[in-house]
Amino acid sequence: MASEHIQPAETFSPIFGRLTLDWIPIHEPILIGTFAGVALGGLLVFALMTYFRLWVPFWKNWVTTVDHKKIGIMYMVLAFIMMVRGFADALMMRGQQAMAAGGSEGWLPPHHYDQVFTAHGVIMIFFVAMAFITGFMNYVMPLQIGARDVAFPFLNNFSLWMTVAGALLVNISLFVGEFARVGWLAFPPLSGANYSTGPGMDYYLWALQIAGVGTTLSGINMIATIVKMRAPGMKLMDMPIFTWTALITNVLIVAAFPVLTATLALLTLDRYMDFRFFTNDFGGNAMMYVNLIWIWGHPEVYILIIPCFGIISEIVSTFSRKPIFGYRTMVWATGCIMVLSFIVWLHHFFTMGSGANVNTFFGITTMIIAVPTGVKIFNWLFTMYKGRVRLEVPMLWTIGFLVTFTIGGMTGVMLAIPPVDFQLHNTLFLIAHFHNVIIGGVVFAVFAGVTYWWPKAFGFKLDEVWGKRAFWLWFVGFYVAFMPLYALGLMGVTRRMNSYPDAAWQPYFIVAAIGAVLILAGILCNFMNFYVSIRDRKRLACGNDPWDARTLEWATQSPPAPYNFPEDISVVGREAFWQMKKENYQFSTDYQPIHMPKGTASGVVISAFALIFGFAMVWYIWWLAIASFVAMLAIGIAHTFNYNRDYYIPADEVRQTEAKGALA
Amino acid sequence: MSSATYAEEQSMVEPLAERPMHHAREARPREDAHAHSSPTPVGFWIYLMSDCVIFGALFATYAVLGGNYAGGPAPKDLFEPGFIAIETALLLFSSVTFGLAMLRAGKADTNGTLMWLAVTALFGAGFIGMEIYEFNHLIHLGAGPDRSAFLSSFFALVGTHGLHVTGGLIWLITLMVQIRMHGLIGPNMQRLGTLSMFWHFLDLVWIGVFSFVYLVRLI
Amino acid sequence: MYRTRNLLLAAAGAFALSGCQYDVLSPAGWVGDQQRDLLIISVLLMLIVILPVLFMSVYFPLKYRADREDTSDYDPEFEHSNKLEAVVWGVPILIIVALGYYTYVYTHRLDPYRPLDHLEAGAPVEIQAVSLDWKWLFIYPEQGIASVNELVVPAGRPINFSLSSSTVMNTLSIPALGGMVYSMAGMETKLHLIADEEGVYPGRSAHYSGPGFAGMVFDTTATSDEEFDAWVEGIRAEAGPLTRETYLALEEPSMNVPVSHYGSVEDGLFGRIVEMCVEEGKVCMGHMMMVDDMGGGGLDGVGDAAAYSYDRARTIDGFGNRIELPPLESHGGGHGTEHGTDHEALNGTEQPNGLAYVLAMDPNALCSPFGTQTEKETNGI
Repeated sequence: MASEHIQPAETFSPIFGRLTLDWIPIHEPILIGTFAGVALGGLLVFALMTYFRLWVPFWKNWVTTVDHKKIGIMYMVLAFIMMVRGFADALMMRGQQAMAAGGSEGWLPPHHYDQVFTAHGVIMIFFVAMAFITGFMNYVMPLQIGARDVAFPFLNNFSLWMTVAGALLVNISLFVGEFARVGWLAFPPLSGANYSTGPGMDYYLWALQIAGVGTTLSGINMIATIVKMRAPGMKLMDMPIFTWTALITNVLIVAAFPVLTATLALLTLDRYMDFRFFTNDFGGNAMMYVNLIWIWGHPEVYILIIPCFGIISEIVSTFSRKPIFGYRTMVWATGCIMVLSFIVWLHHFFTMGSGANVNTFFGITTMIIAVPTGVKIFNWLFTMYKGRVRLEVPMLWTIGFLVTFTIGGMTGVMLAIPPVDFQLHNTLFLIAHFHNVIIGGVVFAVFAGVTYWWPKAFGFKLDEVWGKRAFWLWFVGFYVAFMPLYALGLMGVTRRMNSYPDAAWQPYFIVAAIGAVLILAGILCNFMNFYVSIRDRKRLACGNDPWDARTLEWATQSPPAPYNFPEDISVVGREAFWQMKKENYQFSTDYQPIHMPKGTASGVVISAFALIFGFAMVWYIWWLAIASFVAMLAIGIAHTFNYNRDYYIPADEVRQTEAKGALA
Repeated sequence: MSSATYAEEQSMVEPLAERPMHHAREARPREDAHAHSSPTPVGFWIYLMSDCVIFGALFATYAVLGGNYAGGPAPKDLFEPGFIAIETALLLFSSVTFGLAMLRAGKADTNGTLMWLAVTALFGAGFIGMEIYEFNHLIHLGAGPDRSAFLSSFFALVGTHGLHVTGGLIWLITLMVQIRMHGLIGPNMQRLGTLSMFWHFLDLVWIGVFSFVYLVRLI
Repeated sequence: MYRTRNLLLAAAGAFALSGCQYDVLSPAGWVGDQQRDLLIISVLLMLIVILPVLFMSVYFPLKYRADREDTSDYDPEFEHSNKLEAVVWGVPILIIVALGYYTYVYTHRLDPYRPLDHLEAGAPVEIQAVSLDWKWLFIYPEQGIASVNELVVPAGRPINFSLSSSTVMNTLSIPALGGMVYSMAGMETKLHLIADEEGVYPGRSAHYSGPGFAGMVFDTTATSDEEFDAWVEGIRAEAGPLTRETYLALEEPSMNVPVSHYGSVEDGLFGRIVEMCVEEGKVCMGHMMMVDDMGGGGLDGVGDAAAYSYDRARTIDGFGNRIELPPLESHGGGHGTEHGTDHEALNGTEQPNGLAYVLAMDPNALCSPFGTQTEKETNGI
């Protein structure tokens, strides 16, 4: 016996599959407390929504909507909620490592700690960072290209709810069963049928598979939107940088996510049907999984950061009151990054023993990516040069981004050098590096973007004081939390250890934990900022163009009407809205009826069945899996029998809406 | 540097004209007025490309693991060229008949379209039937996907293609019902076009499977 | 390199205040030294561009702030400059060229598969390291001993590691000596390190491998040749043998395992570990691959699945306890397993590639096609 605990025995009943009461973690006080909190919060929301009779409007205006703006906002809400979950995991890890030195066990046994770090990684990448960037692309991109909606509005709604279904499945694993204990990329054989028994790994697979459907479809949708739905007159080389980055990211999504789908499907077959892809025996090859998953995984990190480059570009340009420096270079640099991101994946496992030539090749291709990335940073700097820089909150996040991301880039190139990586691989140096680029890059850019586009979405600015507090706490908190990890990495300290023998490391972990608490305070300030700003929305009301912006999304009302633009606009030049302001352009008041897509419940209902299907598959409840799969198929087919998918907004209604907007 | 300073600042725009220009641009020719034609074909092409990547990953898997028999049977022990040839012929013919259905549809001949679609569905079903028979036969022999990595990659690749054809069949039958109900109206024509792309794509993938999995290994 | 060394000393001095051992920055072996040098070179090269960028990131927004006194230098049209473009592409490219050169040179010099005989140090020591659930087994083939969770090496002599694993992936990491390499089941990877100075250096698995992972730590003691020999002699005199049976007992999952030793090691044990055929009745991987190269086992081979099954007998639950599953059933067809596990069956069978024939082959007597392949390139794709 390696441990005094034992996993519940593997039983099977035709009705409940493998699910037994033993799998409800009633002996885990942390989980019971969490469950109580979630249940109370859920009940409170339920009661409030019932009391204020919000269910019907919520269903009609949000759940079944195909409006890209509302879908974008819902992606952002999902991301913020999941960020709380993922950050709770982070605090638990920092707490554990601050305690578990020199023989102390800390408060999380390996069985729990290993689930926590796996869940943290999965949630932060798939349901926080991805949801944030998908939210931004949904909200901003169609407005920037002067479209009324995305190319396939129903698919967009379906993508959102599939992502939510995946997120829900991950969270269900908290209270029913367990989550995977394999690290966020689930390398076999550890994640295979024999070394990860129990439902945790199956939760991982089905959650990512379900959310992955949403992501891939959303990627196809966005590319089609950018290719086909641009306002007349907007050439490719006239698109705002954010739209360019959205295009490139979605090309990456469409090219990379199918690899993830295939890889996870193969692992699923290994686990469920005794296939032998990644097993030690029967000729399986686990290294193939490592290659395949990183062929998706490396483009994935660029999928996350490239739209953030776009956000930063828009903000730097607007707040410096200058066009972006080197527009063409920006576009070409992003294109270079897109192509290069597919030929560097091996740098994630130099230590697997590939030959020196292979390692050198992948090391150098990785370093080459630093060139276009560096060019982008220079372009942002020269955009500020000779500008009139307003140091408002979005710009603070941007400067935080520039400084932090640059440092993260440098440590990244260090890790790209194979012999250096032999030493630093899988150490906390690596952890510090990727948090440096994901927090300093993605998160800072996301908060810059949230502050920047909030007035677009709601018609009032976010509070400046709380915004600055959030920024400084995040900024300082990041350095306090992760600089000690760099130091520990240089001592050779390994990641994912739930306890360690050397007590001399403990002070560093304690400092890191303090940093995590500072970030927690930053997150609280973020939420406080939302609360205060919504409370004081009258004071913060700001009109349609609060930042003196340059791109087309600011040409409409803030918040925009459902149809976005009151006319079929045609645009001129690269900074379409700036050009309109120059020409003193006004929308025509000769309103025409506007053609719009209708909302539909099909997306959310299919996704609900997908969630049930995933849950049934995790627990081997075959009848339920078959029934929910048939239901998904049937509803999908029934949806195609509905030919009545659009309607016209009458000209009068457009007139009234526009008049209201003008008053505001 | 309080926000008030900035807020009170004027816009940096220097207007070219004082008076508002209502629709001043309407006069310009809309050179790309057709830009908002249906995005469906483009979207479906992108989807097919992403599907291609899935098949690419499965082909790569087969390339890596295809020789790992784990002391079990190899292709020469399992595959019968005649059987595979008939299977392949069925799918190729179904592509031809789908083409004929498209020609009929182009001539607005609803009944002719439905007739050829039905023939296509029959060929497709025949293909699927043969594949199920083959899988069943292999598993019965003990050469199921759990016997070796080679068999795993074979079942995954061929099975994924088979699932796609099955999905295509469900779509085909659905579309036949819809064409019966509404005739060859615009949306149905578009669906017929995308399904045709899908069907020919699967044909193309099968040619890859046939050459790479069966033909090369049997030579 | 002297300048970098001085810089390093200064840095090390600052770190020394913390009382911590910066193994990566002040290693105790040639490999680690070289890797540290490269780390410093790369940082210095990159700082050429990183420092100005950091400076400009803060200086530009402050200098060009909107509420500055004199805004006459505001230039809203400044959005392109060929000169600046040349600089922003050129300088990073030059740095990457320099870095690429160092990368090429050092990656080849420090290839973990490359023996350290160019150092003109003492005679190398062979060590076969196996990651088990969850402890390290070190076999000293030349000395004929083995130890668990303790690594003792003579200082000043290269160590030639051969790595493998019994179940999942791990990494052998001794930061004070140099970089790490994965250990994987059914495969043999190589790592060459050296300890220049005597001392005790922490080692561990650096790749997460399950619930007992954090306990896969061990001390690496670099001693004089005499002390090393004395250590070996002591173990030979006192400890029991490591045979196929005792290995299988050791291989059972266990956590936070104390140091233990084996005074003798069965011949060819490591080869069998790598080829996953320590257990009686299992086909060695090299033979499996040879059979596969010759066209597989035919339809007759379908019934032999149990002899190729490895993972199933090693199934664990989430807490690291062994789960006993019934042995693999053979599917119809072929000739069942009944005659398979018995070596004597060789005489009775007529099939040259039948299971019994394969089982009867000695893993060490043949040049395994698999073993040679791992040395050339170990990547799956």
